[in-house]
Amino acid sequence: MPKITIDGEELEVEAGMTVLQACEQAGKEVPRFCYHDRLSIAGNCRMCLVQMERSPKPVASCAMPVGDGMVVYTDTPEVKKMRQGVMEFLLINHPLDCPICDQGGECDLQDQAMAYGMDHGRYKENKRAVEDKYMGPLIKTIMTRCIHCTRCVRFSTEVAGVTDMGLIGRGENAEIVTYLDQAVSSELSANVIDLCPVGALTSKPYAFMARPWELKKTESVDVSDAQGCAIRVDSRGPEVMRVLPRLNEDVNEEWISDKARYWVDGLKRQRLDRPYVRGKNGKLAPATWNEAFAAIAKATKGVSGSEMAAIAGDMADCESMLALKDLMTALGSANIDCRQDGSKVDPTVRASYTFNSTIAGIEDADALLIVGANPRWEAAVLNARIRKRHLMGKFPIAAIGPAIDLSYPVDWLGEGADVLAEIANGSHPFAEVLKTAEKPMIIVGSGAAARPDGASVLGLARQIAEASGAVSGDWNGFNVLQRAASRVGGLDLGFAPGEGGLDTAGILDGVTSGSIKVLYLLGADEIASKDLDKPFVIYQGHHGDAGAHVADVILPGAAYTEKDATYVNLEGRVQRGQLAVFPPGEAREDWKIVRALSDVLGQTLPYSTLAEVRQGLVKANPVFQGIDDIQAAEWGEFGATGGVSGAFTYPVANFYMTDPISRASATMAECTDEILGGGEGKTGTDG
Amino acid sequence: MQTEQPSSFSFTSENLDKANWHIAKYPEGRQQSAVMPLLDLAQRQNGGWIPQAAIEVIADMLDMASIRVYEVATFYTMYNLSPVGEHFVQVCTNLPCWLRGSDQVMDACKKVTGCGNGETSADGKFTVLEVECLGACVNAPMMQIGDDYYEDLDSASTEAILNALKAGETPKVGSQAGRHTCEPAGGITSLTDRYPDRAAKSGGDD
Repeated sequence: MPKITIDGEELEVEAGMTVLQACEQAGKEVPRFCYHDRLSIAGNCRMCLVQMERSPKPVASCAMPVGDGMVVYTDTPEVKKMRQGVMEFLLINHPLDCPICDQGGECDLQDQAMAYGMDHGRYKENKRAVEDKYMGPLIKTIMTRCIHCTRCVRFSTEVAGVTDMGLIGRGENAEIVTYLDQAVSSELSANVIDLCPVGALTSKPYAFMARPWELKKTESVDVSDAQGCAIRVDSRGPEVMRVLPRLNEDVNEEWISDKARYWVDGLKRQRLDRPYVRGKNGKLAPATWNEAFAAIAKATKGVSGSEMAAIAGDMADCESMLALKDLMTALGSANIDCRQDGSKVDPTVRASYTFNSTIAGIEDADALLIVGANPRWEAAVLNARIRKRHLMGKFPIAAIGPAIDLSYPVDWLGEGADVLAEIANGSHPFAEVLKTAEKPMIIVGSGAAARPDGASVLGLARQIAEASGAVSGDWNGFNVLQRAASRVGGLDLGFAPGEGGLDTAGILDGVTSGSIKVLYLLGADEIASKDLDKPFVIYQGHHGDAGAHVADVILPGAAYTEKDATYVNLEGRVQRGQLAVFPPGEAREDWKIVRALSDVLGQTLPYSTLAEVRQGLVKANPVFQGIDDIQAAEWGEFGATGGVSGAFTYPVANFYMTDPISRASATMAECTDEILGGGEGKTGTDG
Repeated sequence: MQTEQPSSFSFTSENLDKANWHIAKYPEGRQQSAVMPLLDLAQRQNGGWIPQAAIEVIADMLDMASIRVYEVATFYTMYNLSPVGEHFVQVCTNLPCWLRGSDQVMDACKKVTGCGNGETSADGKFTVLEVECLGACVNAPMMQIGDDYYEDLDSASTEAILNALKAGETPKVGSQAGRHTCEPAGGITSLTDRYPDRAAKSGGDD
């Protein structure tokens, strides 16, 4: 390991590091604009200049690999002067419009100008002006502010895997553009806003909404998909203003999807802010909590436990699912299921429904088979991890399903499930690839597991995993790509049919036949049944979506930004979300609603504080003990051995609209129109 | 990019052969290195400018993103992305040429073709452009028309060249003052025994 002296302090660093990284390791701050840990090195902003002995010129530390015996200075007056010079050049053309710039207060250039800027400019000539570009409905551009660090170009090319952005022209005429002024066609596109060190790329939906210093920052987790990306919720008063990613190396690095970032305007629309009860005229009418609970007590009177059922939706938190499960058990019903999509994963074998390799583990894998999943839409940030692994090389990726662009090259083996059977019996050449790999990975889509023959699909995938040695030692290459934030948590705490209980399909059959008389929907909106008007439906949730339309009683709950709640991500990682703003109107935290209802129904649940509910979670399953941890799931028998047939289809038809929040979001509707081309065939009168 | 674009572009079979010859020069997986010669071929085939369709054709041929080809095409000033006249006149106006009278050359261009800097004549015959140093400072001032250099210019010789081109003739390339390549203006002062006809009259050092 090379030894390097930084400001008179000698330290040993890893070979292959850059001088800038070594300086950081030594605790020296080096200013930079173009350099970013997760992107390739450009070396074009020159802000990171340092002085080096035996070097006649200052050195751009971000692009200089460390060598043994280097002597580097980062704090001499010369270094300060060099950086001041660079800063002066950058400010030649950068407008001094901080007061009207959305980046103000969180701008790298502004911050660094405090340390390296001059108190006046010496440049009397006109500044250059650059035409603003169109980059889609999410990214606002003020290109005159651009300092050409090319972080956005490198991010979109390397991480997002789309080749829309580029730097055209040269010298003073250089400009960042998207090819032919198209919208950036990536689910991760808005991360360039965070990456932009100046105010050239800012958030369009958040434009001129707030200043960073007037926002309350709450660390939380995202529920727009099952990855549980770390987020920071920025709120002002009762309003969530924006969502930003938070660093979590194990899950999302520092990216989040555009949906996680921009669906928050959906939190202000279509909200259920008071209880409703369906009156005699068949219309839902506002009611008090007492009236709503009384209506439920009346409807459930004399109904036996086996005639009641509960389904938990995609964004339900663990606390409320536990409370509802305990209530249903107390009422004598075993008909509970958190798999509203009808998934055939086995609730008794944890390894059958989690992403066992872990997200960070993707980087260790050396072969991948994707079965009926579109990770780009079902888990956009995880897809970037697969792409990252692809870029490291020697990573054959094959997939079964309709061919789509996943942002990395994929060997499409076919659409049909028969290919899966061929790999399972070893007659397909890719079976050999998996077998020779040391750490093969198999990703089964949540859509594939929810097919009528989903149990057989899982069985075949298990067979492949076992035959190719994907489950050995501490490596488990069998993965299910869940796409609902509630799913793993729900299965972990046992929100699944008890003894003799019905699963989702059974419950819906019961609804149709009339044997289910009371149905409790905990935020379940994507139920495939036309007969929901038959039973007495209790809908508890935060949006007036499909579930609320069929409900006889609506209990207004809290969205993920409005409650302290536990979620388990697709890897099985237990994470806590935090309350950023209070629920609107009379809406309450979900577990409290169930607790209050249990009182009215005479089955009072044995907890009255959040801490007690959480103790209940640990009692239900010890995995809930380790917050932010994953407990490796034990391998076991699961799946069926039946035949499979028919082509795989992907469950997500529109990335931007998958749940009640995103369906209520105007920004997501705009994305659907402009990025997915939903607006095709528009006439001039559509405005 | 130019607003009026041809809807399609394809290399002629002859140019396609040349393109493939360029591509074959690079090792497997490094075909993108051929982007510059291919852009040049496209420009020559398309009358001196590269349409967007050509950028996409080349991107396809080299298996790279269109934006990457577009970046290259915009970076280098010798690729034109909008139509130019039949004769593309590039007048050097950098310091040595300017000291030796490039202003008069520009004036002569304006007089004959009617075009100022960056303009194309109405008949589509000429486009005149001020450019940076073209590396022929010894024979300043100079201009490049198409692929040819015309050096040691003054008003009269510039007008003569442009008028000849206008009339469809082929003017003499190189120094217009009669010197051989970039030898001293007054004639050579060494090797005079070998080339006596090019020796300096007075024998001084010019």
